[in-house]
Amino acid sequence: MAGGSAAYTGVDFYDMDSLLSEEERAVRDTVRSWVDDHLMPVIGDCYIEGRFPKELIPGMAELGLFGANLPEEYGCAGLNNVAYGLIMQELERGDSGIRSFASVQGALVMYPVYAFGSEEQKKYWLPKMAAGEEIGCFGLTEPDFGSNPGGLITTARETADGWVLNGTKMWITNGSQATVSIIWAKTGDIDDAKSIRGFIVPTNLPGFTAKDQKGKLSLRASDTSELHLQDVHVPKDAILPLSGGLKSPLMCLTQARYGIAWGGVGAAMACFDEARSYAANRIMFDKPIAATQIQQERLAEMLTEITKGQLLVLQLGRLKDKGTMTPSQVSLAKRNNINMACECAREARRLLGGNGILIEYHSMRHMANLESVYTYEGTHDMHSLILGQEITGIAAY
Amino acid sequence: MTYFRKRIDMKIAICLRRVPDTTAKIVIGPSGVAIDEAGVKFVPNPYDEYALEAGLALVGAAGAGETVVVGFAGDSVQETLRTALAMGVDRAVHLQGTPTADGLANARVLADHLRDGGYDLILFGKLAVDDYGQQTGVMVAELLGLPCATAISSLSVDGGVATVTREVEGGVENATCALPAVLTCDKGLNTPRLPSLKGIMAAKKKPLDIVPVTVGESRVTVVSLAMPPERAAGRMLGEGAAAVPALITALTTEAKVL
Amino acid sequence: MANILCVLEQRGGTLRKGSAELLTAARQLADQGGGTVDALVCAAGDVAGLDTLGAAGADRVLTATHAGFAHYAPEGIVATVHSIAAGYGAVLVSATATGKDLAPRLAAALGAPCGMDVTAVSASGDAIRVVRPVYAGKAIQTLDLSGVAVVAVRPSAYTAVAAGKAGAMEAVTVPAFTQRLNVSGISTPEKATLDVAEARVVVAGGRGLGDPQHFGLLEELAAAFGGEAAVGASRAVVDAGWIEHGAQVGQTGKTVAPDLYFAIGVSGAIQHLAGMRTARTIVAINRDKDAPIFKVADFGIVGDLFEVVPALTAAVKAAKGQ
Repeated sequence: MAGGSAAYTGVDFYDMDSLLSEEERAVRDTVRSWVDDHLMPVIGDCYIEGRFPKELIPGMAELGLFGANLPEEYGCAGLNNVAYGLIMQELERGDSGIRSFASVQGALVMYPVYAFGSEEQKKYWLPKMAAGEEIGCFGLTEPDFGSNPGGLITTARETADGWVLNGTKMWITNGSQATVSIIWAKTGDIDDAKSIRGFIVPTNLPGFTAKDQKGKLSLRASDTSELHLQDVHVPKDAILPLSGGLKSPLMCLTQARYGIAWGGVGAAMACFDEARSYAANRIMFDKPIAATQIQQERLAEMLTEITKGQLLVLQLGRLKDKGTMTPSQVSLAKRNNINMACECAREARRLLGGNGILIEYHSMRHMANLESVYTYEGTHDMHSLILGQEITGIAAY
Repeated sequence: MTYFRKRIDMKIAICLRRVPDTTAKIVIGPSGVAIDEAGVKFVPNPYDEYALEAGLALVGAAGAGETVVVGFAGDSVQETLRTALAMGVDRAVHLQGTPTADGLANARVLADHLRDGGYDLILFGKLAVDDYGQQTGVMVAELLGLPCATAISSLSVDGGVATVTREVEGGVENATCALPAVLTCDKGLNTPRLPSLKGIMAAKKKPLDIVPVTVGESRVTVVSLAMPPERAAGRMLGEGAAAVPALITALTTEAKVL
Repeated sequence: MANILCVLEQRGGTLRKGSAELLTAARQLADQGGGTVDALVCAAGDVAGLDTLGAAGADRVLTATHAGFAHYAPEGIVATVHSIAAGYGAVLVSATATGKDLAPRLAAALGAPCGMDVTAVSASGDAIRVVRPVYAGKAIQTLDLSGVAVVAVRPSAYTAVAAGKAGAMEAVTVPAFTQRLNVSGISTPEKATLDVAEARVVVAGGRGLGDPQHFGLLEELAAAFGGEAAVGASRAVVDAGWIEHGAQVGQTGKTVAPDLYFAIGVSGAIQHLAGMRTARTIVAINRDKDAPIFKVADFGIVGDLFEVVPALTAAVKAAKGQ
């Protein structure tokens, strides 16, 4: 479509393929085909309409995209973390909003059930979530507590037969269409971050309301909502028994950020691919604009940064598979790769000239999306401070 | 589903080729008789995917049976065979050898292997998008003395009979044949499934048997492989409907096609 | 070798288009070695136009009549050819849907190599040399087939040349054969449309049409050519379900070589170009002046197809005196 570019074949300047196993490549190629066949034809319209393409959920579930790195015994694909990362890369090649959907379902909803849930909770929820029968959202951020989630003021008070939850959550991806939420609330004193616990809260309970946040100029093909919990009663077994303290939701965020670091590479690859193709075909002053030094410099810079980002997440994935990955390593990758993707998208959009502002081309959509990705899951600045603390031992936030 | 279909234990072989991705740029290799494979992405032959889907769907509908994917090629075809396993095929056979340019010699290798397999159906793509040979499947059928319908765009199997349609110039040919039979599959027959991620993991545990084979004498020699002649640069006649008269003139007096 | 057998195709007592072109190819091949050309026609009854085959290049016209030939019966044709095959150096068929089904069957029965979809056939020493597009026209392969060869020749590759001879008619016996494929007939679509692979003019549409209902514009342009044009499509719109797959031109669709090809709102993806680049004249109409299709087009118009195509339809009608 866009300028008659040929089919997307990815960007692989350093023969990254040779560092992937056959299964990892097969996973990547499968998701890439799915994105080509199902997401690319509709994403432009969805973005303009401000609509999440929920009709794609059953197909995503059938492929096994949700919680794909969780074990097969819970209905998941049991992939390693590199293959999981490649899924995120390919989804975000399509759109950050779709990748966000999968990240939330897998890393922020299924992962906490898997990591902090009882065996009964895992057996009940995970297969339904993998099958897309239950769609989840992750309620941590609040109107006044974004980068500082430890200050959250949502409460869970124990009653004779369960818990009563009260509070407001904001910037909740999937919020308005979720059938179930993971709500993080304080069970003790409001200043006691150690009392933070996770709860599995179906969204159809009395007192639970979700409303879409309107007027977004980014992630338009994704639902972002505000959740209100007013005296929401849940049974005793709604609590995630192994959750405890701020560390628990942060562990979830580490999972999600890991996928986001891969996703940024995918968005950047999409922009580079579009820019390269456009530069070769766009004739100006009787020659392709690819023949101009300024565009070649743009493309060279993009390819360099993408290649670095690819090698970064691949090694991060290998560390995660070995079990030695640290949260600050994830911070470095998320910080670098999303910033890199933002730059690539902006440069690609500029290379595309006037055409670059049209939805028919992808770079500006990625550019706008990535501003959200830059900001969520730990802003770029927060990750700088996390790394600063890692380096110096001094917290500067 | 009828009682009949549930009872049938279908055994289906699908013969698979590995070809350059249809979007790949073709560069002639230094031999001058083959392409340069460097940097070319290889995929399962698109028409073979219709055969795979047909086989999987038939066994799925029958409720019992086995699908076997067979590839006669060098070792690289194993990746393609595993893709088929990931899509749901039960097992794979790699006929390890080097096919020739002679379709009949290659068909003999496949026929020798398939002859005693007890297959109800042997499925092929209608052609492979590399050499466009369009002959192996039919030749296998002839060598095995089996009925064959080529380039089918619809298929139903009931009571041991395959009913097919195939596109011919100006219409659709309707035909039937008794099983066992060989069918070659065209676009339009179905929509091939993608391998699921669970399927990709499961594929590693499915059997892939390697059977070394020798191919007989080839009576076909590739003399050369060359790029097609470039078209001369065209001419822009202008913008919008105002350019239509110039086009009519060009088509009438210059190209003489009107 | 030298002597050539052409297996001609008939449907309902009428020879298929391309029969004369096939005989021309055979004639040129036979003349290289001073051989003869025989035309075999398998039919259930009388076939019209057999008396023209001599002029088209056949030295003898062999008629094989059998009730089983009311519809395509490959086993019967194969048995007939097999029974008379001695003395022929090559068997030629047209590379139609039927010919492409038949050629490999003949090759297997004769133990012969098979050259499919060839655009040129000639003698090369003791071998038959064929030239054929591969990789959907992205490359051209030349093959030498040794011994007796079966060759399916693209109908559009040769232009019929009258040889001026009269062909002798001769009946041949159809040996007993077992019919394994039972063809019950050919259903023609209600709206009689020409196949893109057969049409002299192809009007192809792509994603630039914006909506499936806009194919109506292309149908009107095709209709202006008075029954010699067919509507084609790019893969993108076929995959989107805008038009049936039979219309698809390109690597996973049909390869066409019409006299005139209109690419309308077709960007010109490499797979599409592979299927139509051998068209004699290509006209591209696209609103994007940088669309790759313009690189292969002989004539291009940049503009809104909703404005250009109706104007073109009117102009073609006027030029054709409608």
